[in-house]
Amino acid sequence: MTPSNSAWKRFTNSQVFWPLVALALIMLFNAIFTPGFFKLEIKDGHLFGSLIDIINRGAPLMVLSIGMTIVIATGGVDLSVGAVVAISAAMATVLINPALGKQLIASDKLVQDVSATPLPLVVAAALLVSALCGLWNGLLVSRGNIQPMVATLVLMVAGRGIAQLITGGQIITVYFTPYFFIGNGYLAGVPFTLFIVAAVFLIAWLLTRKTAVGMFVESVGINARSSFYSGINEKNIKLLVYTVSGLCAGVAGLIISSNIKSADANNAGLGFELDAILAVVIGGTLMSGGRFSLLASIIGALVIQSMTTTMYAIGVPAMAAQAVKALVVLAVILLYSQQLRDGLSRLLERKGARL
Amino acid sequence: MKRRFKIDRKFLPLLVTIGLFVVAYGYGAAQYPGMRSPQTFFNLFIDNAFLLIGSIGLTLVIISGGIDLSVGAVIALVSVASAHLLEKEGLSPFVVIPLMLLMGSALGAIMGAIIHYFKVQPFIVTLAGMFLARGMSFFISLDAVTISDPFYRALSLARIHLIGKSFISIHVAIALLLLLVTIYLAHFTRFGRTVYAMGGNEQSARLMGLPVARTKVLVYTFAGFCNALAGIVFSINLLSGHGLYANGLELEAISSVVIGGTLLTGGVGYVFGTLFGVLINGLIQVLIMFNGELSSWWTRIVIGLLTLIFILVQSWIASYKKRKIVVKSGAAAAPPPAAALDSLAASD
Repeated sequence: MTPSNSAWKRFTNSQVFWPLVALALIMLFNAIFTPGFFKLEIKDGHLFGSLIDIINRGAPLMVLSIGMTIVIATGGVDLSVGAVVAISAAMATVLINPALGKQLIASDKLVQDVSATPLPLVVAAALLVSALCGLWNGLLVSRGNIQPMVATLVLMVAGRGIAQLITGGQIITVYFTPYFFIGNGYLAGVPFTLFIVAAVFLIAWLLTRKTAVGMFVESVGINARSSFYSGINEKNIKLLVYTVSGLCAGVAGLIISSNIKSADANNAGLGFELDAILAVVIGGTLMSGGRFSLLASIIGALVIQSMTTTMYAIGVPAMAAQAVKALVVLAVILLYSQQLRDGLSRLLERKGARL
Repeated sequence: MKRRFKIDRKFLPLLVTIGLFVVAYGYGAAQYPGMRSPQTFFNLFIDNAFLLIGSIGLTLVIISGGIDLSVGAVIALVSVASAHLLEKEGLSPFVVIPLMLLMGSALGAIMGAIIHYFKVQPFIVTLAGMFLARGMSFFISLDAVTISDPFYRALSLARIHLIGKSFISIHVAIALLLLLVTIYLAHFTRFGRTVYAMGGNEQSARLMGLPVARTKVLVYTFAGFCNALAGIVFSINLLSGHGLYANGLELEAISSVVIGGTLLTGGVGYVFGTLFGVLINGLIQVLIMFNGELSSWWTRIVIGLLTLIFILVQSWIASYKKRKIVVKSGAAAAPPPAAALDSLAASD
């Protein structure tokens, strides 16, 4: 009896518990109000259904939230992820279909199922560019001594301009079928994006939990000064986390551009910054840095995606759904706020004293 | 002589900004005859009046050590809400305008209260405020709403004639009036001094007995008021309202404030400098437009780079000052390398 009891206690105390409760609540809402939400079908050997949809649509956000978690754990924040998503998407599509950027009239040659660059090279180039964006953020934060919010704001402003520069101001459409596999493909009946998320998660988990890097990240987030005095190279840790975040944004950009088969420099990844931060916050990682959980952030991303899907299902317009999300962020942040907890416990104590 | 040098130093970022504006405008005027007309200069004000109004509120927030990312979203919300109330509900503009200003101020006050009393970082609260305002405007209307109210139309066509044929519009007058009022508020009132003290060091400000809580909420309320006013000017200018208007304006506003010589870490800055920050922002667009070969997206890249340069210069000046203090305080306690200390202080 006791071992299972203590295991349950460990589970309720873990960072994963509350995000899971939130996810369960949304699922419960859907079970009651959205008919056919849990229906899973097998068509052409693939799984279909709302749940699969949530995982597939939520994949870019889950990948982003992994990078954002590590950045926030160092006490920083990366506001440029949305812009980096656009840059990565622009880079990939331009390499596949370069002529469209310069020519307005699409000839038959442009809509052919070919790529101007081999696919591995396309992926590598997009990831390289995004990693460079992350490195740039990291340099500004660690070597330029600029506050993270401000440093990443620069790329948030300029990033969409850079993406437009790459695409020549056009929305680039690709017609190269193998590229579509990244965002639309199925492997063993399950969306391929799920494998991408799993791979990114595994790499990040190995990096932060099987090496000392994770501990260094938390240490820098709790107190950068004392980490420095204990011999941790806090500057390089910061450089690393922003580069990882850039890379994650690059992966998300590839998934998105492959999914919608085009790259729109103005709208790709719009508003992703808030969603990614929200995912991390719901996952219980504090904005001030320190202890973090990658798994909790991924569940946080799933909570957001299922919330969005639910809102669409009950007919809330896409843009208006932002307002609801904003209220959820505020509510969650206030719930985690020490001030509110102190106030509540004081209130309860006073009541107890009177009784 | 020595005294004058000192004053020069304090105003250095501001002077650099004004100098940059004069040089850039001079270059434009030499290159493109169209820019020599006085109206081109006044158009800078007309086109950027709403940006100026929003940036003025933001300047005080940044000086107080915070940030407000909700500028553009509140402008969009006000444009949609006022268009809806004027057109669909048939309310008088004399009811709608005060109502919008009240709404903006209330939104600012709520954000300020959350920031202060729950100790949440300003950027995340105002980021949520930004998405809330944008989302709300789509709850009101998914499509753009045209304003046909006669009072709004009259205001949008009203011109104040200056030298010769050139003119400014009525919202430029509003923006410049707000600028004067805010300069007075920032430099000649107790409220202004508290804002500066808070931005310099909040703890010290509190220990000095300054009303930190009240001032912080007031600063965000004032910024909310400015955002709503900017929204009204914006909707008078465009005579319509839509939730996607003023997209990304918060970034332009921040870069204007930074280019205007205000330190993003708070405590240092001039409301007057923001005027030139906004003008430089507008000038970059005008120069790219006159050039005709560069595409519009260069605007964002140039503004991003310019902001970065100003931030780097400011951070360099700050670390230079700190190094001087460390050297002055002597080697009594064998201080660690100054450069390392700086980086740590900056990351806190």
